[in-house]
Amino acid sequence: MANKQLTIEELAGQARQIRRLIIQMLAKAGSGHPGGSLSSADLITALYFNVLRFNPADPQWPDRDRFHMSKGHCCPLWYAVLAKTGYFPEEKLFTLRKFGSMLQGHPDRKTPGVESASGSLGQGLSIALGMSLAAKVDKKDYRVYVLLGDGEVQEGSIWEAAMACAHFSCDNICAILDFNGCQIDGRCEDIMGLEPLAAKWQAFGWQVIQINGHDMTQILAAYDQAKTIKNKPTIIIARTVKGKGVSFMEGVVGFHGRAPTAEEAQRALKELA
Amino acid sequence: MAEQLYQRDVYGAALVKLGALDKNIVVLDADLSSSTRTNLFAKQFPDRFFNFGVAEQNMIAAAAGLASCGKTVFLSTFAVFASGRAWDQVRVSISYNNFNVKIVATHAGITVGPDGASHQALEDIALMRVLPNMNIIVPSDGPQTEDAIMAAAKNVGPFYIRLGRSKVPTIENLGEFKFGQAQLLTEGNDVTLIACGAMVTQALAAVKNLAAKGIQARLINLHTIRPIDREIILKAARETKLIIACEEHSIFGGLASSIDEVVAENFPVKVIRVGVRNRFGQSGEPEELLKEYNLSSLDIERAVLANISEK
Repeated sequence: MANKQLTIEELAGQARQIRRLIIQMLAKAGSGHPGGSLSSADLITALYFNVLRFNPADPQWPDRDRFHMSKGHCCPLWYAVLAKTGYFPEEKLFTLRKFGSMLQGHPDRKTPGVESASGSLGQGLSIALGMSLAAKVDKKDYRVYVLLGDGEVQEGSIWEAAMACAHFSCDNICAILDFNGCQIDGRCEDIMGLEPLAAKWQAFGWQVIQINGHDMTQILAAYDQAKTIKNKPTIIIARTVKGKGVSFMEGVVGFHGRAPTAEEAQRALKELA
Repeated sequence: MAEQLYQRDVYGAALVKLGALDKNIVVLDADLSSSTRTNLFAKQFPDRFFNFGVAEQNMIAAAAGLASCGKTVFLSTFAVFASGRAWDQVRVSISYNNFNVKIVATHAGITVGPDGASHQALEDIALMRVLPNMNIIVPSDGPQTEDAIMAAAKNVGPFYIRLGRSKVPTIENLGEFKFGQAQLLTEGNDVTLIACGAMVTQALAAVKNLAAKGIQARLINLHTIRPIDREIILKAARETKLIIACEEHSIFGGLASSIDEVVAENFPVKVIRVGVRNRFGQSGEPEELLKEYNLSSLDIERAVLANISEK
Protein backbone atom coordinates (compact mmCIF):
# COMPACT_ATOMS: atom_id res chain seq x y z
CA MET A 1 0.00 0.00 0.00
CA ALA A 2 1.35 3.39 -0.96
CA ASN A 3 0.88 5.56 2.08
CA LYS A 4 -0.13 9.15 1.65
CA GLN A 5 2.86 11.26 2.56
CA LEU A 6 2.16 13.83 5.23
CA THR A 7 3.88 17.18 5.45
CA ILE A 8 6.10 17.98 8.42
CA GLU A 9 3.27 20.09 9.88
CA GLU A 10 0.74 17.33 9.35
CA LEU A 11 3.05 14.80 11.01
CA ALA A 12 3.52 17.11 13.99
CA GLY A 13 -0.27 17.42 14.20
CA GLN A 14 -0.70 13.65 14.12
CA ALA A 15 1.96 13.21 16.79
CA ARG A 16 0.08 15.68 18.99
CA GLN A 17 -3.17 13.75 18.50
CA ILE A 18 -1.37 10.53 19.32
CA ARG A 19 0.11 12.03 22.48
CA ARG A 20 -3.39 13.09 23.52
CA LEU A 21 -4.63 9.56 22.99
CA ILE A 22 -1.75 8.15 25.06
CA ILE A 23 -2.65 10.42 27.98
CA GLN A 24 -6.36 9.60 27.71
CA MET A 25 -5.77 5.86 27.44
CA LEU A 26 -3.41 5.76 30.39
CA ALA A 27 -5.65 7.90 32.57
CA LYS A 28 -8.56 5.59 31.80
CA ALA A 29 -6.46 2.48 32.38
CA GLY A 30 -5.09 3.82 35.66
CA SER A 31 -1.69 2.26 35.04
CA GLY A 32 0.92 2.05 32.32
CA HIS A 33 3.98 3.83 30.96
CA PRO A 34 3.60 7.42 29.72
CA GLY A 35 7.26 8.55 29.76
CA GLY A 36 8.68 6.38 26.99
CA SER A 37 5.45 6.38 25.01
CA LEU A 38 5.66 10.17 24.75
CA SER A 39 9.41 10.28 24.09
CA SER A 40 9.18 7.98 21.07
CA ALA A 41 5.87 9.35 19.74
CA ASP A 42 7.40 11.49 16.99
CA LEU A 43 9.66 8.70 15.76
CA ILE A 44 6.88 6.14 15.47
CA THR A 45 4.30 8.57 14.08
CA ALA A 46 6.66 9.52 11.26
CA LEU A 47 7.50 5.86 10.66
CA TYR A 48 3.89 4.71 10.27
CA PHE A 49 2.58 7.71 8.34
CA ASN A 50 5.44 8.32 5.92
CA VAL A 51 7.80 5.35 5.81
CA LEU A 52 6.29 1.97 6.62
CA ARG A 53 4.64 -0.11 3.85
CA PHE A 54 1.55 -1.87 5.19
CA ASN A 55 -2.13 -2.49 4.67
CA PRO A 56 -4.36 -2.28 7.74
CA ALA A 57 -7.08 -4.20 5.88
CA ASP A 58 -4.63 -7.08 5.45
CA PRO A 59 -2.31 -7.07 8.47
CA GLN A 60 -0.64 -10.30 7.32
CA TRP A 61 0.18 -9.02 3.80
CA PRO A 62 3.44 -10.95 3.13
CA ASP A 63 5.26 -7.98 1.59
CA ARG A 64 4.55 -5.58 4.44
CA ASP A 65 7.41 -3.83 6.17
CA ARG A 66 7.76 -5.13 9.70
CA PHE A 67 7.72 -3.04 12.84
CA HIS A 68 8.38 -4.52 16.26
CA MET A 69 8.27 -2.66 19.55
CA SER A 70 11.00 -4.28 21.59
CA LYS A 71 10.41 -1.94 24.51
CA GLY A 72 6.93 -3.32 24.91
CA HIS A 73 5.92 -1.12 27.83
CA CYS A 74 5.49 1.75 25.37
CA CYS A 75 2.59 -0.06 23.67
CA PRO A 76 0.11 2.77 24.40
CA LEU A 77 1.97 4.65 21.67
CA TRP A 78 1.88 1.65 19.34
CA TYR A 79 -1.83 1.08 19.92
CA ALA A 80 -2.64 4.76 19.31
CA VAL A 81 -0.66 4.72 16.04
CA LEU A 82 -2.31 1.46 14.93
CA ALA A 83 -5.74 2.97 15.58
CA LYS A 84 -4.83 6.20 13.77
CA THR A 85 -3.58 4.26 10.75
CA GLY A 86 -6.74 2.19 10.49
CA TYR A 87 -6.00 -1.15 12.13
CA PHE A 88 -8.92 -0.82 14.53
CA PRO A 89 -11.36 1.86 15.75
CA GLU A 90 -10.06 4.49 18.12
CA GLU A 91 -12.66 3.71 20.78
CA LYS A 92 -10.94 0.35 21.33
CA LEU A 93 -8.02 2.28 22.79
CA PHE A 94 -9.94 2.93 25.95
CA THR A 95 -10.05 -0.76 26.77
CA LEU A 96 -6.27 -0.71 27.34
CA ARG A 97 -5.23 -3.04 30.18
CA LYS A 98 -8.83 -4.03 30.93
CA PHE A 99 -10.00 -7.60 31.36
CA GLY A 100 -10.85 -9.17 28.01
CA SER A 101 -9.27 -6.37 25.97
CA MET A 102 -7.24 -7.05 22.85
CA LEU A 103 -4.97 -4.27 24.10
CA GLN A 104 -2.93 -5.99 26.75
CA GLY A 105 -0.61 -4.21 29.19
CA HIS A 106 2.29 -5.31 27.03
CA PRO A 107 2.06 -6.26 23.33
CA ASP A 108 0.26 -9.46 22.42
CA ARG A 109 -0.45 -10.92 19.01
CA LYS A 110 -4.18 -10.63 19.51
CA THR A 111 -3.87 -6.97 18.53
CA PRO A 112 -4.07 -6.45 14.74
CA GLY A 113 -0.73 -5.12 13.55
CA VAL A 114 1.30 -6.63 16.39
CA GLU A 115 3.72 -9.17 14.93
CA SER A 116 5.12 -10.55 18.15
CA ALA A 117 4.69 -10.22 21.88
CA SER A 118 7.19 -8.21 23.86
CA GLY A 119 7.53 -6.92 27.38
CA SER A 120 10.53 -8.85 28.54
CA LEU A 121 13.28 -6.50 27.40
CA GLY A 122 16.19 -7.40 25.18
CA GLN A 123 14.48 -9.81 22.80
CA GLY A 124 13.16 -7.51 20.08
CA LEU A 125 16.35 -6.95 18.13
CA SER A 126 16.65 -10.72 17.78
CA ILE A 127 13.04 -10.90 16.60
CA ALA A 128 13.87 -8.24 14.00
CA LEU A 129 16.91 -10.26 12.97
CA GLY A 130 14.70 -13.31 12.41
CA MET A 131 12.34 -11.22 10.27
CA SER A 132 15.28 -9.89 8.30
CA LEU A 133 16.65 -13.39 7.68
CA ALA A 134 13.19 -14.54 6.54
CA ALA A 135 13.23 -11.76 3.93
CA LYS A 136 16.63 -12.99 2.74
CA VAL A 137 15.42 -16.59 2.47
CA ASP A 138 12.27 -15.53 0.62
CA LYS A 139 14.10 -12.91 -1.49
CA LYS A 140 11.66 -10.23 -0.40
CA ASP A 141 12.45 -6.55 -0.21
CA TYR A 142 10.51 -5.59 2.89
CA ARG A 143 12.30 -3.68 5.62
CA VAL A 144 12.34 -4.34 9.36
CA TYR A 145 12.05 -1.57 11.94
CA VAL A 146 12.45 -2.11 15.66
CA LEU A 147 12.13 0.33 18.55
CA LEU A 148 14.59 -0.13 21.41
CA GLY A 149 14.77 1.66 24.74
CA ASP A 150 17.99 3.06 26.11
CA GLY A 151 17.68 1.20 29.41
CA GLU A 152 16.88 -1.87 27.34
CA VAL A 153 20.30 -1.98 25.73
CA GLN A 154 21.71 -2.87 29.14
CA GLU A 155 20.41 -6.37 28.36
CA GLY A 156 23.25 -8.59 27.13
CA SER A 157 21.06 -10.26 24.54
CA ILE A 158 20.80 -6.94 22.66
CA TRP A 159 24.51 -7.17 21.98
CA GLU A 160 24.28 -10.79 20.89
CA ALA A 161 21.73 -9.61 18.36
CA ALA A 162 23.75 -6.52 17.40
CA MET A 163 26.72 -8.72 16.58
CA ALA A 164 24.58 -11.09 14.53
CA CYS A 165 22.72 -8.38 12.54
CA ALA A 166 26.08 -7.09 11.35
CA HIS A 167 27.45 -10.59 10.76
CA PHE A 168 24.52 -11.44 8.51
CA SER A 169 24.79 -8.02 6.77
CA CYS A 170 21.17 -7.21 7.55
CA ASP A 171 20.87 -3.94 5.64
CA ASN A 172 17.08 -4.29 5.74
CA ILE A 173 17.12 -3.64 9.50
CA CYS A 174 16.65 -0.18 10.92
CA ALA A 175 16.75 -0.04 14.72
CA ILE A 176 15.46 3.06 16.44
CA LEU A 177 16.88 3.80 19.86
CA ASP A 178 14.76 6.11 22.00
CA PHE A 179 17.59 7.73 23.93
CA ASN A 180 15.66 9.64 26.58
CA GLY A 181 18.31 9.03 29.23
CA CYS A 182 15.93 7.76 31.91
CA GLN A 183 15.10 4.34 33.28
CA ILE A 184 12.94 3.18 36.17
CA ASP A 185 15.44 3.74 38.95
CA GLY A 186 16.89 7.01 37.67
CA ARG A 187 19.12 8.50 34.98
CA CYS A 188 20.79 5.86 32.79
CA GLU A 189 24.19 7.39 33.43
CA ASP A 190 23.72 6.84 37.18
CA ILE A 191 22.15 3.38 37.04
CA MET A 192 24.30 1.77 34.32
CA GLY A 193 26.17 4.06 31.98
CA LEU A 194 25.62 3.56 28.25
CA GLU A 195 28.22 5.87 26.76
CA PRO A 196 29.93 5.92 24.38
CA LEU A 197 26.72 4.58 22.87
CA ALA A 198 27.25 5.48 19.21
CA ALA A 199 30.81 4.15 19.27
CA LYS A 200 29.58 0.86 20.70
CA TRP A 201 27.15 0.32 17.84
CA GLN A 202 29.76 1.40 15.30
CA ALA A 203 32.23 -1.05 16.77
CA PHE A 204 29.59 -3.78 16.38
CA GLY A 205 29.44 -3.03 12.66
CA TRP A 206 26.40 -0.77 12.45
CA GLN A 207 25.79 2.44 10.61
CA VAL A 208 24.83 4.97 13.27
CA ILE A 209 22.68 8.03 12.59
CA GLN A 210 22.31 10.45 15.48
CA ILE A 211 19.36 12.82 15.47
CA ASN A 212 17.03 14.89 17.57
CA GLY A 213 14.13 12.49 17.99
CA HIS A 214 11.55 15.29 18.12
CA ASP A 215 12.55 16.99 14.87
CA MET A 216 10.38 15.58 12.08
CA THR A 217 12.72 16.76 9.34
CA GLN A 218 15.66 14.98 10.93
CA ILE A 219 13.57 11.88 11.62
CA LEU A 220 12.44 11.54 7.98
CA ALA A 221 15.95 12.20 6.70
CA ALA A 222 17.30 9.47 8.97
CA TYR A 223 14.76 6.91 7.72
CA ASP A 224 15.66 7.86 4.13
CA GLN A 225 19.38 7.57 4.79
CA ALA A 226 18.95 4.18 6.45
CA LYS A 227 17.42 2.80 3.25
CA THR A 228 20.47 3.71 1.20
CA ILE A 229 23.05 1.85 3.27
CA LYS A 230 24.10 -1.50 1.86
CA ASN A 231 25.53 -4.52 3.68
CA LYS A 232 25.14 -3.28 7.21
CA PRO A 233 22.29 -2.61 9.61
CA THR A 234 21.41 0.92 10.67
CA ILE A 235 20.57 2.30 14.07
CA ILE A 236 19.03 5.72 14.56
CA ILE A 237 20.07 6.96 17.97
CA ALA A 238 17.41 9.54 18.68
CA ARG A 239 17.97 12.00 21.49
CA THR A 240 14.60 12.47 23.10
CA VAL A 241 12.97 13.85 26.21
CA LYS A 242 11.12 11.44 28.43
CA GLY A 243 7.49 12.53 28.76
CA LYS A 244 7.89 14.91 25.79
CA GLY A 245 4.96 17.27 25.22
CA VAL A 246 3.72 17.43 28.80
CA SER A 247 5.74 19.93 30.81
CA PHE A 248 5.31 18.28 34.18
CA MET A 249 6.29 14.87 32.80
CA GLU A 250 9.33 15.95 30.80
CA GLY A 251 12.51 14.40 32.19
CA VAL A 252 10.67 13.15 35.25
CA VAL A 253 11.79 9.60 36.03
CA GLY A 254 8.65 8.94 38.08
CA PHE A 255 6.49 9.03 34.97
CA HIS A 256 8.26 6.03 33.47
CA GLY A 257 5.64 3.70 34.81
CA ARG A 258 2.91 5.78 36.45
CA ALA A 259 -0.30 6.78 34.72
CA PRO A 260 -1.51 10.37 35.07
CA THR A 261 -4.35 11.01 37.49
CA ALA A 262 -7.57 12.48 36.08
CA GLU A 263 -6.42 15.94 37.11
CA GLU A 264 -2.95 15.47 35.63
CA ALA A 265 -4.53 14.19 32.43
CA GLN A 266 -6.66 17.35 32.21
CA ARG A 267 -3.59 19.55 32.53
CA ALA A 268 -1.65 17.43 30.04
CA LEU A 269 -4.44 17.59 27.47
CA LYS A 270 -4.58 21.37 27.80
CA GLU A 271 -0.87 21.53 26.95
CA LEU A 272 -1.40 19.20 24.00
CA ALA A 273 -4.42 21.07 22.62
CA MET B 1 22.80 -57.51 19.28
CA ALA B 2 20.29 -54.85 18.37
CA GLU B 3 21.13 -52.07 15.97
CA GLN B 4 22.56 -49.03 17.79
CA LEU B 5 21.96 -45.51 16.51
CA TYR B 6 22.73 -41.97 17.52
CA GLN B 7 19.41 -40.15 17.76
CA ARG B 8 21.15 -37.00 16.50
CA ASP B 9 22.35 -38.78 13.36
CA VAL B 10 18.78 -39.75 12.68
CA TYR B 11 17.68 -36.15 13.39
CA GLY B 12 20.24 -34.70 10.97
CA ALA B 13 19.15 -37.06 8.22
CA ALA B 14 15.47 -36.33 8.89
CA LEU B 15 16.15 -32.60 8.57
CA VAL B 16 17.73 -33.14 5.16
CA LYS B 17 14.66 -35.12 4.08
CA LEU B 18 12.35 -32.39 5.35
CA GLY B 19 14.44 -29.68 3.76
CA ALA B 20 14.01 -31.26 0.35
CA LEU B 21 10.26 -31.65 0.84
CA ASP B 22 9.52 -28.22 2.28
CA LYS B 23 11.33 -25.06 1.22
CA ASN B 24 9.77 -23.26 4.14
CA ILE B 25 11.96 -25.05 6.67
CA VAL B 26 14.93 -23.18 8.11
CA VAL B 27 17.45 -24.52 10.62
CA LEU B 28 19.41 -22.68 13.29
CA ASP B 29 22.26 -23.75 15.52
CA ALA B 30 24.54 -22.12 18.08
CA ASP B 31 28.03 -23.37 17.29
CA LEU B 32 27.21 -27.02 17.92
CA SER B 33 26.08 -28.07 14.46
CA SER B 34 28.59 -30.89 14.17
CA SER B 35 27.40 -32.33 17.50
CA THR B 36 23.68 -31.79 16.96
CA ARG B 37 24.06 -32.90 13.30
CA THR B 38 22.27 -29.87 11.88
CA ASN B 39 25.47 -29.60 9.81
CA LEU B 40 23.94 -32.18 7.46
CA PHE B 41 21.15 -29.73 6.63
CA ALA B 42 23.63 -26.84 6.46
CA LYS B 43 25.61 -28.66 3.78
CA GLN B 44 22.56 -29.38 1.65
CA PHE B 45 20.71 -26.10 2.16
CA PRO B 46 23.23 -23.41 3.09
CA ASP B 47 20.78 -20.60 2.29
CA ARG B 48 18.33 -21.89 4.86
CA PHE B 49 20.79 -22.56 7.65
CA PHE B 50 22.00 -19.94 10.12
CA ASN B 51 24.72 -20.43 12.68
CA PHE B 52 24.31 -17.97 15.55
CA GLY B 53 27.61 -18.65 17.26
CA VAL B 54 27.65 -19.04 21.02
CA ALA B 55 24.51 -16.95 21.57
CA GLU B 56 21.50 -19.06 22.41
CA GLN B 57 19.27 -16.20 23.58
CA ASN B 58 19.66 -14.45 20.25
CA MET B 59 19.08 -17.66 18.32
CA ILE B 60 15.87 -18.49 20.11
CA ALA B 61 14.29 -15.04 19.81
CA ALA B 62 15.42 -14.83 16.16
CA ALA B 63 13.65 -18.15 15.60
CA ALA B 64 10.49 -16.39 16.73
CA GLY B 65 11.08 -13.61 14.20
CA LEU B 66 11.52 -16.15 11.41
CA ALA B 67 8.38 -17.98 12.51
CA SER B 68 6.43 -14.71 12.55
CA CYS B 69 7.17 -14.53 8.81
CA GLY B 70 5.75 -18.00 8.22
CA LYS B 71 8.90 -20.12 8.45
CA THR B 72 8.95 -23.54 10.09
CA VAL B 73 12.02 -23.25 12.28
CA PHE B 74 14.08 -26.13 13.67
CA LEU B 75 16.79 -25.04 16.09
CA SER B 76 19.29 -27.07 17.99
CA THR B 77 21.82 -26.88 20.75
CA PHE B 78 22.51 -28.96 23.85
CA ALA B 79 19.52 -29.48 26.13
CA VAL B 80 21.08 -27.54 29.02
CA PHE B 81 21.33 -24.43 26.84
CA ALA B 82 18.11 -24.90 24.86
CA SER B 83 16.01 -25.15 27.99
CA GLY B 84 17.95 -23.15 30.56
CA ARG B 85 20.16 -20.56 28.92
CA ALA B 86 17.36 -18.92 26.99
CA TRP B 87 14.27 -19.90 28.96
CA ASP B 88 12.78 -16.41 28.96
CA GLN B 89 13.15 -16.22 25.18
CA VAL B 90 11.40 -19.57 24.89
CA ARG B 91 8.68 -18.34 27.22
CA VAL B 92 7.90 -14.92 25.77
CA SER B 93 9.00 -15.12 22.15
CA ILE B 94 8.06 -18.70 21.30
CA SER B 95 5.57 -20.15 23.75
CA TYR B 96 3.50 -17.02 24.43
CA ASN B 97 3.47 -16.17 20.71
CA ASN B 98 2.62 -19.81 19.96
CA PHE B 99 5.06 -19.74 17.07
CA ASN B 100 5.98 -22.67 14.86
CA VAL B 101 9.44 -23.30 16.32
CA LYS B 102 10.85 -26.76 16.97
CA ILE B 103 13.54 -26.87 19.63
CA VAL B 104 15.46 -30.08 19.12
CA ALA B 105 17.75 -30.42 22.11
CA THR B 106 20.52 -32.98 22.07
CA HIS B 107 22.83 -34.23 24.82
CA ALA B 108 20.07 -34.50 27.42
CA GLY B 109 20.32 -36.60 30.53
CA ILE B 110 23.02 -38.26 32.56
CA THR B 111 24.24 -40.40 29.63
CA VAL B 112 26.02 -37.32 28.24
CA GLY B 113 28.82 -38.93 30.24
CA PRO B 114 32.35 -37.51 30.51
CA ASP B 115 31.39 -33.82 30.04
CA GLY B 116 29.94 -33.87 33.53
CA ALA B 117 27.28 -31.96 35.45
CA SER B 118 27.29 -28.64 33.58
CA HIS B 119 26.38 -30.45 30.37
CA GLN B 120 23.94 -33.02 31.69
CA ALA B 121 20.41 -31.63 31.41
CA LEU B 122 18.36 -33.19 34.20
CA GLU B 123 15.84 -30.35 34.48
CA ASP B 124 14.87 -29.60 30.91
CA ILE B 125 11.57 -31.44 30.77
CA ALA B 126 10.51 -29.61 33.93
CA LEU B 127 11.47 -26.24 32.48
CA MET B 128 9.65 -26.80 29.20
CA ARG B 129 6.63 -28.55 30.65
CA VAL B 130 5.36 -25.52 32.54
CA LEU B 131 5.07 -23.43 29.38
CA PRO B 132 1.62 -23.20 27.77
CA ASN B 133 1.46 -24.26 24.09
CA MET B 134 4.68 -26.28 24.33
CA ASN B 135 4.55 -29.84 22.99
CA ILE B 136 7.22 -32.23 24.28
CA ILE B 137 8.47 -35.48 22.78
CA VAL B 138 11.19 -37.72 24.22
CA PRO B 139 11.75 -40.43 21.60
CA SER B 140 13.07 -43.74 22.83
CA ASP B 141 15.39 -44.79 20.00
CA GLY B 142 16.74 -43.92 16.57
CA PRO B 143 13.74 -44.73 14.40
CA GLN B 144 11.35 -43.05 16.83
CA THR B 145 13.50 -39.93 16.62
CA GLU B 146 12.62 -39.63 12.95
CA ASP B 147 8.93 -40.13 13.80
CA ALA B 148 9.15 -37.36 16.39
CA ILE B 149 10.81 -34.94 13.99
CA MET B 150 8.23 -35.64 11.29
CA ALA B 151 5.40 -35.17 13.80
CA ALA B 152 6.84 -31.84 14.87
CA ALA B 153 7.13 -30.72 11.24
CA LYS B 154 3.55 -31.70 10.56
CA ASN B 155 1.91 -30.19 13.64
CA VAL B 156 1.96 -26.39 13.79
CA GLY B 157 3.17 -24.93 17.09
CA PRO B 158 6.13 -24.99 19.44
CA PHE B 159 7.83 -28.30 20.19
CA TYR B 160 10.63 -29.41 22.48
CA ILE B 161 12.22 -32.66 21.38
CA ARG B 162 14.71 -34.26 23.73
CA LEU B 163 17.53 -36.39 22.34
CA GLY B 164 20.52 -38.05 23.95
CA ARG B 165 24.19 -37.97 23.13
CA SER B 166 25.05 -41.66 23.18
CA LYS B 167 24.02 -44.43 20.82
CA VAL B 168 20.81 -46.19 21.77
CA PRO B 169 19.66 -49.65 20.75
CA THR B 170 16.76 -49.82 18.36
CA ILE B 171 13.77 -51.33 20.14
CA GLU B 172 12.20 -54.25 18.31
CA ASN B 173 8.50 -54.16 17.50
CA LEU B 174 8.05 -50.68 18.91
CA GLY B 175 4.96 -50.22 16.78
CA GLU B 176 3.58 -47.18 15.05
CA PHE B 177 4.34 -43.76 16.53
CA LYS B 178 1.35 -41.53 17.10
CA PHE B 179 2.02 -38.07 18.50
CA GLY B 180 0.28 -37.68 21.84
CA GLN B 181 -0.51 -41.37 22.15
CA ALA B 182 1.72 -43.51 24.36
CA GLN B 183 2.76 -47.00 23.30
CA LEU B 184 1.90 -50.15 25.20
CA LEU B 185 5.02 -52.31 24.86
CA THR B 186 4.22 -55.21 27.17
CA GLU B 187 0.98 -56.38 28.75
CA GLY B 188 0.75 -57.14 32.44
CA ASN B 189 -1.43 -56.40 35.44
CA ASP B 190 0.96 -56.69 38.38
CA VAL B 191 2.68 -53.32 37.97
CA THR B 192 3.09 -50.64 35.30
CA LEU B 193 6.42 -49.23 34.23
CA ILE B 194 6.18 -45.92 32.40
CA ALA B 195 9.36 -44.71 30.75
CA CYS B 196 10.60 -42.26 28.14
CA GLY B 197 13.77 -41.84 26.09
CA ALA B 198 16.68 -44.19 26.70
CA MET B 199 15.01 -45.44 29.90
CA VAL B 200 12.56 -47.44 27.78
CA THR B 201 15.39 -49.86 26.98
CA GLN B 202 16.28 -50.16 30.68
CA ALA B 203 12.63 -50.75 31.53
CA LEU B 204 12.32 -53.45 28.87
CA ALA B 205 15.20 -55.35 30.46
CA ALA B 206 13.53 -54.98 33.85
CA VAL B 207 10.28 -56.39 32.44
CA LYS B 208 12.13 -59.51 31.27
CA ASN B 209 13.83 -60.02 34.63
CA LEU B 210 10.56 -59.52 36.49
CA ALA B 211 8.81 -62.04 34.27
CA ALA B 212 11.40 -64.61 35.28
CA LYS B 213 10.32 -63.92 38.87
CA GLY B 214 6.67 -64.38 38.03
CA ILE B 215 5.77 -60.68 37.89
CA GLN B 216 3.89 -59.53 34.80
CA ALA B 217 4.80 -55.90 34.26
CA ARG B 218 3.03 -53.59 31.86
CA LEU B 219 5.40 -51.25 30.05
CA ILE B 220 4.32 -47.96 28.53
CA ASN B 221 6.55 -45.77 26.37
CA LEU B 222 5.31 -42.28 27.21
CA HIS B 223 7.21 -40.64 24.37
CA THR B 224 4.93 -37.60 24.28
CA ILE B 225 5.13 -35.78 27.59
CA ARG B 226 2.81 -33.02 26.35
CA PRO B 227 0.04 -33.37 25.45
CA ILE B 228 -0.02 -36.30 27.85
CA ASP B 229 -1.94 -39.52 27.18
CA ARG B 230 -4.21 -39.49 30.23
CA GLU B 231 -6.26 -42.52 29.22
CA ILE B 232 -3.38 -44.98 29.10
CA ILE B 233 -2.06 -43.75 32.46
CA LEU B 234 -5.43 -43.95 34.20
CA LYS B 235 -6.14 -47.38 32.74
CA ALA B 236 -2.79 -48.56 34.11
CA ALA B 237 -3.52 -46.98 37.49
CA ARG B 238 -6.88 -48.74 37.72
CA GLU B 239 -5.68 -52.09 36.48
CA THR B 240 -2.26 -52.40 38.14
CA LYS B 241 -2.49 -50.02 41.15
CA LEU B 242 1.27 -49.38 41.10
CA ILE B 243 3.30 -47.26 38.69
CA ILE B 244 7.06 -46.98 38.38
CA ALA B 245 8.12 -43.86 36.47
CA CYS B 246 11.52 -44.18 34.79
CA GLU B 247 13.32 -41.15 33.41
CA GLU B 248 16.81 -39.88 32.78
CA HIS B 249 15.82 -36.60 34.43
CA SER B 250 15.31 -35.15 37.88
CA ILE B 251 12.53 -36.76 39.88
CA PHE B 252 11.12 -33.24 40.12
CA GLY B 253 9.02 -31.86 37.33
CA GLY B 254 9.54 -34.42 34.60
CA LEU B 255 7.86 -37.64 33.51
CA ALA B 256 7.08 -38.76 37.06
CA SER B 257 5.51 -35.44 37.96
CA SER B 258 3.43 -35.55 34.77
CA ILE B 259 2.09 -38.95 35.78
CA ASP B 260 1.53 -37.81 39.38
CA GLU B 261 -0.61 -34.93 38.18
CA VAL B 262 -2.83 -37.22 36.15
CA VAL B 263 -3.36 -39.89 38.79
CA ALA B 264 -3.61 -37.50 41.76
CA GLU B 265 -6.63 -35.77 40.27
CA ASN B 266 -8.37 -38.88 39.01
CA PHE B 267 -7.31 -42.17 40.55
CA PRO B 268 -4.52 -41.84 43.12
CA VAL B 269 -2.14 -44.77 43.19
CA LYS B 270 1.45 -45.09 44.31
CA VAL B 271 3.93 -43.68 41.77
CA ILE B 272 7.54 -44.66 42.48
CA ARG B 273 10.14 -42.46 40.87
CA VAL B 274 13.23 -43.90 39.22
CA GLY B 275 15.10 -40.75 38.31
CA VAL B 276 17.87 -38.46 39.49
CA ARG B 277 17.22 -37.63 43.12
CA ASN B 278 18.05 -34.01 43.83
CA ARG B 279 21.65 -34.24 42.63
CA PHE B 280 23.76 -32.85 39.84
CA GLY B 281 25.48 -35.28 37.49
CA GLN B 282 29.21 -35.92 37.16
CA SER B 283 31.76 -37.27 34.72
CA GLY B 284 31.85 -40.94 33.87
CA GLU B 285 30.79 -43.40 31.22
CA PRO B 286 27.03 -43.62 30.60
CA GLU B 287 26.78 -47.13 32.03
CA GLU B 288 28.67 -46.14 35.17
CA LEU B 289 26.45 -43.12 35.65
CA LEU B 290 23.21 -45.05 35.15
CA LYS B 291 24.35 -47.30 37.98
CA GLU B 292 25.54 -44.49 40.25
CA TYR B 293 22.27 -42.58 39.85
CA ASN B 294 20.11 -45.69 40.24
CA LEU B 295 18.72 -45.57 36.74
CA SER B 296 19.65 -49.06 35.53
CA SER B 297 17.24 -51.89 34.75
CA LEU B 298 18.29 -53.41 38.06
CA ASP B 299 17.17 -50.29 39.90
CA ILE B 300 13.81 -50.41 38.18
CA GLU B 301 13.46 -54.05 39.14
CA ARG B 302 14.33 -53.25 42.75
CA ALA B 303 11.77 -50.45 42.84
CA VAL B 304 9.11 -52.90 41.70
CA LEU B 305 10.08 -55.60 44.19
CA ALA B 306 10.23 -53.13 47.07
CA ASN B 307 6.73 -51.84 46.46
CA ILE B 308 4.69 -54.59 44.89
CA SER B 309 3.87 -56.40 48.17
CA GLU B 310 2.27 -53.26 49.63
CA LYS B 311 -0.07 -52.88 46.72
